Amino acid sequence: MLLTPEQQAMLDGAQGEVMAKVMRSLVMYGETFGAEKMVPVTSKYGHTVISFGIGVMKPVYDLYDQLLEAGAVSKQQFSADPLPLDPKVPSNLLQDIIFKGIMYSQQKRYEAQLDKFGILGRDAFTCACYLDEVGNKPQMGEVLSWAESSAVVYANSVLGARCNRNSGMLELMGSIAGCVPYFGLLTDEGRRADWVIEVKTDKKPEAQLLGSAIGMKVMEQVPYIKGLDKWLGSEITPEVTAYLKDFGAATASNGAVGLYHVENLTPEAKEQGQALIREGAPVYVIDDAELERVKANYPCVWKDLNAAPKLCFVGCPHLTLGQLRSWTENIEAALRANGKTKVTVPTVFTAAPATIKEFQKTVYAKRLERTGVILSYICPLMYMNNPLSGKMPVITCSNKLRTYTTARYYTEAEILNKITGGAC
Amino acid sequence: MAKIFKGRPVVAGSCTAPALVSHGGFNTLASFQMAMMFGDKKVKCGDQNNPDLYKKPMKGMALCLPQTIGSTTGGMVLYTACATDNQPACMLFSMTIDSLAASGAILAANWTEANMPVVDRLGDEFLDYVQDGMSITVAPDGTVTVE
Repeated sequence: MLLTPEQQAMLDGAQGEVMAKVMRSLVMYGETFGAEKMVPVTSKYGHTVISFGIGVMKPVYDLYDQLLEAGAVSKQQFSADPLPLDPKVPSNLLQDIIFKGIMYSQQKRYEAQLDKFGILGRDAFTCACYLDEVGNKPQMGEVLSWAESSAVVYANSVLGARCNRNSGMLELMGSIAGCVPYFGLLTDEGRRADWVIEVKTDKKPEAQLLGSAIGMKVMEQVPYIKGLDKWLGSEITPEVTAYLKDFGAATASNGAVGLYHVENLTPEAKEQGQALIREGAPVYVIDDAELERVKANYPCVWKDLNAAPKLCFVGCPHLTLGQLRSWTENIEAALRANGKTKVTVPTVFTAAPATIKEFQKTVYAKRLERTGVILSYICPLMYMNNPLSGKMPVITCSNKLRTYTTARYYTEAEILNKITGGAC
Repeated sequence: MAKIFKGRPVVAGSCTAPALVSHGGFNTLASFQMAMMFGDKKVKCGDQNNPDLYKKPMKGMALCLPQTIGSTTGGMVLYTACATDNQPACMLFSMTIDSLAASGAILAANWTEANMPVVDRLGDEFLDYVQDGMSITVAPDGTVTVE
């Protein structure tokens, strides 16, 4: 790899052994993928996937101490994934003891580290950092050193920024060094489509289900999706933003998609059209039956498949302002129709702290509160990742949460029905 | 009879271990997280979506896989597994390694004392041939012997 004199000096130890190891890690990463150079990180802000101080991850925080002791802090401020704890979310005494006393024993230590590295602030903990009210929204063509699979796929696909699916830790090292290796989704060639997806459904496909089907089929390759503009239109409206956020998260977690193109909708597909598609790209046709097949094949590891749900999570990735409003309206209407006043399953909606603040300025906040739904900034995935929560029958309309935890997946309509006491 | 495959060493090293084979994408977070939370000494795979590996011990095994998938915490999880001596004996990819697994392997190589050889580009034939329990020997030049 050809390095600039400054990069070479860093690699050679001019800024100390720790910075040399940071650069060596980035160079090795690039060389693995044939990168011939490093390019500057050009976005205003970074984003780290690591927001949690889990006891078993102590080696990560020990390494971060090494970085801080060597003065290796981020060259840009950054946001981080959602915090793992929120007292508003239902938990019993045993869970509290496990969460705070055992599982997240490194949380305070890690949050202090984040302050030193350059976190934007307390409102910067969200997986949906690119939402307007959060403010970490990169521009088209900017080079990022981000991790968080749902944020990376959104930034690449919907905003046209350029970022590889970096791992946690290495993304911070890119922000510390101020450069990332030039390969994969940073290059024009790496952004071309390997697959053609033909959406031929008779109704608007469920975002999280469509994303899951595509992710499992194409894995880490780039899909070019035809037929979805029929349902979404050709402009990135707030509703489309929400749809693509959820869709992308499912492609990235059920597979490893870092970039997708939607014909006539996403920026590069609008600019370049089918010229983006590689010659000989295979075609995957998705109709309603295929989505049903995919959904029917999801495993469920609940001991009692007929157990009554004890908790419902909506908002993985974090909900948008528009989603909070529409869910409020839909729950109110469903409760009225079912002769109820409050949700019948303890339900937690999750959103970015900044989104929650904006939502609370609207009349919808009180209306949602009256339905009994709890609004939290928590990461549902972090809540679920422990033996006690893992045994709970939790339901969700997030395919990401389904993938990583024991939560059982239902479509949004099914979730609405279940939490408002509708007939099964 | 031994069969030899030649791949590319991403992290050079040598080891001999029994094979553990995933024909689908290996979800690093989903596979490791419960074992790490529970302190499971055998590091049994917790990914319910992976029928090849679910509930099987991963520590000390020659993990044979196409690529890894899922969360971008994957590299960090792999790094932590290595830093706490809970890693597979080696990771053998039939395809070109993905960016998350590469990150984890490189972080482990640079920042821990763990020895976990990583070889990629072994080809589809490798994954078609190798079966759970077969003996795998990895050489520093990326040669993988299956018997």
